Amino acid sequence: MIVAANTVRFDSLSLDSGATLAPVEVAYETYGELNAAKSNAVLALHAFSGDAHAAGISHETGKPGWWDNMIGPGKAFDTNRYFVICSNVLGGCRGTTGPSSVDPRTGCPYGMSFPVITIGDMVRAQKMLVDWFAIERLLTVTGGSMGGMQALEWAVAHADRVVSAIPIASTTRHSAQQIAFNEVGRQAIMADPDWNGGDYYGKRPPARGLAVARMVGHITYMSDDSMHEKFGRRLRGKENFSYAFDVDFEVESYLRYRGSQFVNRFDANSYLYITKAMDYFDLTNGSGSLAAALEPAKARFLVISFSSDWLYPSYQSQEIVRALRSRNCDVAYVELESNYGHDSFLVDVAEQTNLVRGFLASTFEKLP
Amino acid sequence: MSAQAAGKQTFVRELLGRSDYAIIGEIVEPGSKVLDLGCGEGELLQWLAENKGVDARGVEISSLKVQRAIARGVSVFQGDIDDGLADYPEQAFDYVILSQTLQETHHPLRVLREMLRVGKRGIVAFPNFGHWRVRLNMLLSGRAPRTTLFPYEWYESPNIHFLTVHDFETLAAAEGLIVERRYFLSGHRKIAWLPNLTAEVAVFLVRR
Repeated sequence: MIVAANTVRFDSLSLDSGATLAPVEVAYETYGELNAAKSNAVLALHAFSGDAHAAGISHETGKPGWWDNMIGPGKAFDTNRYFVICSNVLGGCRGTTGPSSVDPRTGCPYGMSFPVITIGDMVRAQKMLVDWFAIERLLTVTGGSMGGMQALEWAVAHADRVVSAIPIASTTRHSAQQIAFNEVGRQAIMADPDWNGGDYYGKRPPARGLAVARMVGHITYMSDDSMHEKFGRRLRGKENFSYAFDVDFEVESYLRYRGSQFVNRFDANSYLYITKAMDYFDLTNGSGSLAAALEPAKARFLVISFSSDWLYPSYQSQEIVRALRSRNCDVAYVELESNYGHDSFLVDVAEQTNLVRGFLASTFEKLP
Repeated sequence: MSAQAAGKQTFVRELLGRSDYAIIGEIVEPGSKVLDLGCGEGELLQWLAENKGVDARGVEISSLKVQRAIARGVSVFQGDIDDGLADYPEQAFDYVILSQTLQETHHPLRVLREMLRVGKRGIVAFPNFGHWRVRLNMLLSGRAPRTTLFPYEWYESPNIHFLTVHDFETLAAAEGLIVERRYFLSGHRKIAWLPNLTAEVAVFLVRR
């Protein structure tokens, strides 16, 4: 399945900060066919470093999408039955308006003059896209990690527009630990002289800072077990220590490689803006309690967490579930056994597939 | 299926291989809201949803069983019913079902009270430890009874709080519960005579 991204342009978007972005472009891909009743639409929401390319093989890069093992013919989100939409988030750097986009007022990239954005703003941009498709109600909104935050935001902020929500390995708000790791990433970028106050477009980007940020990120996405299994203490291409600070261990080599690869596809300023949006996200904002915040929610929920995920631990998913139960909402929850840490929702999908398939099918069949 | 089991017929046809399910299927009113505690893989809930149009929810502790239940489209929460009902608001369900689960809980009384806090009615089905075969087995062997109803060795049995029909009646009276209906089953037969001695499984419909 070869796919290509499309872009749609909207006149303007009002942001939580009070600022207005004009215009706003949203990059998206779709898989499968929208049915006549427009009742089979699934909105897939990507995690921090993802993009609109969720499934199939990219026409542009030749690479599979970030959830290609979950979206496609016969897969969990079966594109023979469902119409799947995925868009790049606001503030991103893969086709949707973000800090690397050109500010029409100046003719230069926004850089740090880009307004601070929130998960709510990302969802508002997605809602414009869904409206543009003239889809009244989404069969489901789903995603892992930051994608799960967006799914929760959808279920509360646009409750009439979602039939069900599947937040995976996610949270209603970042803990101090999650904010701390994001801050390390941001500081690594801003400590790189090439960052230059965010003004590096057309010059040398802060590649070293961004690579370090990504290295930290990768550690948090894995688990002690999965790192032990994948690298152990194995040395990279040598029998003995080098007694120098070159790469000795496999894990060092892996992190350096991942860091350097990331620089080619991700914008450092987007890193700053998107992690900030994640840190600001708090579903309870202004409503006192999570249960109160969930009052508008009408969707059916499937919440999934993973046993080895220490970045978004199961207790955070269970908080969502408890609050939903206290509102007597229809919610299913399970913690899946996996060794892959936070990355489980992307890589360990056999059980997740069965859950999503059954949940979606029963939700679809119950539609009036 | 449930229609066959209704009325004054003495025989109960199995529902999903279980005669107590048939009784529960008979009790539950169409379109009601049902919570099944210890729902396993959600077979009963799925049946109730498909045949009685109920709004079906479940709680189950085994991750594997929860996965199978969700995969069949039932909304099941992975959790421990011994301490897992506190989040539900009062009287949230028309029926809360405890099907062959009460004897497996650590705090049966707490669970019973909680089920009647979150549910308007409780359906409690349990294997009767007072059955003559259990009594005879223990009397003759001098060991913890093993029968077709209680097939486990004592050290691997999930049943940690054995109870009889009398025990439940006594507890219900002490708790001031109203027993709206009671069913006693021996195999596929509904029985009325000496239930504490002859019933293999008892099903009670109770409310506050």
